[in-house]
Amino acid sequence: MKRKLLSLLVAATMLGCLVGCGGSDTGSEGATSGEATAEADASSGDTASGDQTLTVWCWDAFNMDAMKAAADIYTADHPEVTIDVQETLSADIQTLVQTYAMSGELDSLPDIFLMDDQVFAKYLKNYPEVFADLTDSGIAFDDFAPSKVANSIADGKNYGVPYDSNTVIACYRTDYLSEAGYTIEDLTDITWDQFITIGEDVLAKTGMPMLTNVQGEPDLLNMILQSAGVSVFDENGNISLVGNEGLKEAMNVYLDLTSKGILQEQTDWSGYQGSINNGTVVGTINGSWICSTIMSTDQAEQEGNWAVTNMPKLNDYAGATNYSAQGGSTWAISSSCDNYDLAVDFFKTTWAGSPEFYDGILTDLGAIATYLPAADSDAYNEPSAYFGNEAIYAKIVSFGSNIPTINKGIYWTEEKEALGVALTNIASGATDMDSAIEEAQSTIEFTIGQ
Amino acid sequence: MKMKMSGAKRRNLVGWSFLMPATILIFAMNFYPMIQALILSFKTGVGNNLTWGGWSNYQRLLEDRVFRTAMINNFVYLIIQVPVMLILAIILANLLKSKNLKFKGLFRTAIFLPCCTALVSYSIIFKTLFAYDGYVNTVLLKLGFISSRINWLGQTSTAKIILIIALIWRWTGYNMVFYLAGLQNIDDSLYEAARIDGATSLKSFFHITIPLLRPTILLTTIMSINGTLQLFDESMNLTSGGPANSTLTMSHYIFKTSFEYNSQFGYSAAMSYVIFVLVAILSFVQMKVGDKR
Repeated sequence: MKRKLLSLLVAATMLGCLVGCGGSDTGSEGATSGEATAEADASSGDTASGDQTLTVWCWDAFNMDAMKAAADIYTADHPEVTIDVQETLSADIQTLVQTYAMSGELDSLPDIFLMDDQVFAKYLKNYPEVFADLTDSGIAFDDFAPSKVANSIADGKNYGVPYDSNTVIACYRTDYLSEAGYTIEDLTDITWDQFITIGEDVLAKTGMPMLTNVQGEPDLLNMILQSAGVSVFDENGNISLVGNEGLKEAMNVYLDLTSKGILQEQTDWSGYQGSINNGTVVGTINGSWICSTIMSTDQAEQEGNWAVTNMPKLNDYAGATNYSAQGGSTWAISSSCDNYDLAVDFFKTTWAGSPEFYDGILTDLGAIATYLPAADSDAYNEPSAYFGNEAIYAKIVSFGSNIPTINKGIYWTEEKEALGVALTNIASGATDMDSAIEEAQSTIEFTIGQ
Repeated sequence: MKMKMSGAKRRNLVGWSFLMPATILIFAMNFYPMIQALILSFKTGVGNNLTWGGWSNYQRLLEDRVFRTAMINNFVYLIIQVPVMLILAIILANLLKSKNLKFKGLFRTAIFLPCCTALVSYSIIFKTLFAYDGYVNTVLLKLGFISSRINWLGQTSTAKIILIIALIWRWTGYNMVFYLAGLQNIDDSLYEAARIDGATSLKSFFHITIPLLRPTILLTTIMSINGTLQLFDESMNLTSGGPANSTLTMSHYIFKTSFEYNSQFGYSAAMSYVIFVLVAILSFVQMKVGDKR
């Protein structure tokens, strides 16, 4: 009896503790999120007082070095400022932003962080409280490629400073091309139909596929779509795949490429990089950041045998161009930044106001940016020995202004996956194109619908 | 009398106070999040904008084709992989307990070793092995078994098979160890008596080993079912759920809806509870069927 009573008592205490924990937890959560917003409000008002440190999160030695170069320029004139660049992987930044936003602990975010362009709009939409509004900050957004700036705009307000270039380039091995009797000019300003004819010929003569891509991740399909100005989302962000003629045409091109062996699909990213670096493909089409991958080969004979040109365009589709966008990243200032004015001033003097800075990171790091005034400078017009002594950087920046702007929306990952499934199913003969597109549409609609 | 009572009481209190830290921790770390997840599963919305949705998430699940595909995949793994693995494990355990076998320790270690490898690294190794220009293709091509390279992980039919092979490689040794331990508890005299009665080794396997191993078989089956239904690493790392979702598992889909897509934590929580209920039902059935005591 006694024992029973005691165990009951213990159970009761535990339950009480549990309820207590729960209660106090939600209580404290509410309090902290309240505090956070209050502090954020206060910080945007008060000007650089006290600690003059800017913490920055970004990934890759490449981005970190570029940020450190910017920091060196700024701190030379402002010795009281410290800029602390911390390495954080792209995926980690996304998870952390999400976690801190969910828990209301915005104070734990750094002052500045880099975000992948493919997810920028999504995070901006889902966690708007994380991003500081830069519209009236005085940063000259006109100096950046318009298609790139559009990516970090929500409701007419700017929330990001564009950084590395997402301009699509087509890179080909000129030695393989000349083996088959072609030059880089034959692949410039062409259509996909022409490309496929050349590709078949090159494959027959050299045994090499023209292009490489990661299986199930049809980045190339999205590049083709944007190049022709085809949006798979309407103005309201709703998915529109069914009855989208541009999409059908682009999918036909993609399937043609894979079925004829002109496009070799790789199982993963390292396979993709390997095929380029080991010289088992003629070329690739991707964002201009792919240049650093191309140059990272250990095959010395590849040097000087690469050439850069624009991508093929979607045949006679109305609005088709030879220019597109893929990847890239954008800087954001977090709403919890205590030194908002300092951060803005930092960007104005470096990332959004100094062609010299861009010259420096281009020469030293090969970082290609979307800052348009930089294209006129000497460094951008310097010929690159790796790419057949051509001034590829100026070329890439000039491509940038021709990219059609499309509605991207926040359901980019969902769209890419559903189209990947559709392509696999069509290629394996499991279904025809119309029903595959319908299925993709309903899958995405299902995921979007709550 | 009074003294004695208080002594018992004190002992009781001491006992409970020893239990308290662990109990509180389990409640705070396990049960509290589970209750929170249950509440979350009744909410809908993207990211932080959650509103009360009642049963809507569970209704949504019934219409979700991707989830259905993932569930079917899980059950295919379950039905093919678990029996093959457990039978293989029993056979191996039986072979390795044999008294005449030399280098027993070496073999045991070799078979157990795969489950000491990290889930991510073994997935990557399998991925490289079965890559388009990988080792397996090269060997088969050189030996003349295939005429052209097979895209193992790129075809819906073969990708599933590779995943099952990987699972068997990884987990057979783990289950074998349980059977080895179980076999050590079976008295040798039973086998001796059977031998004297003229039973073949096959007969004594089916009539002595299997019945006496029943509790161990039950344990490993429940663990394997549990593990297979929660399968995540292999789907994520080996095939990324592809091609065309043919290897996607339920847990992987939950991860996707929470972190890769626009986060729908409510919906993900609802799916987690479906897995929870499935595991509970299957384990219950197992215990009813398997436990004859």
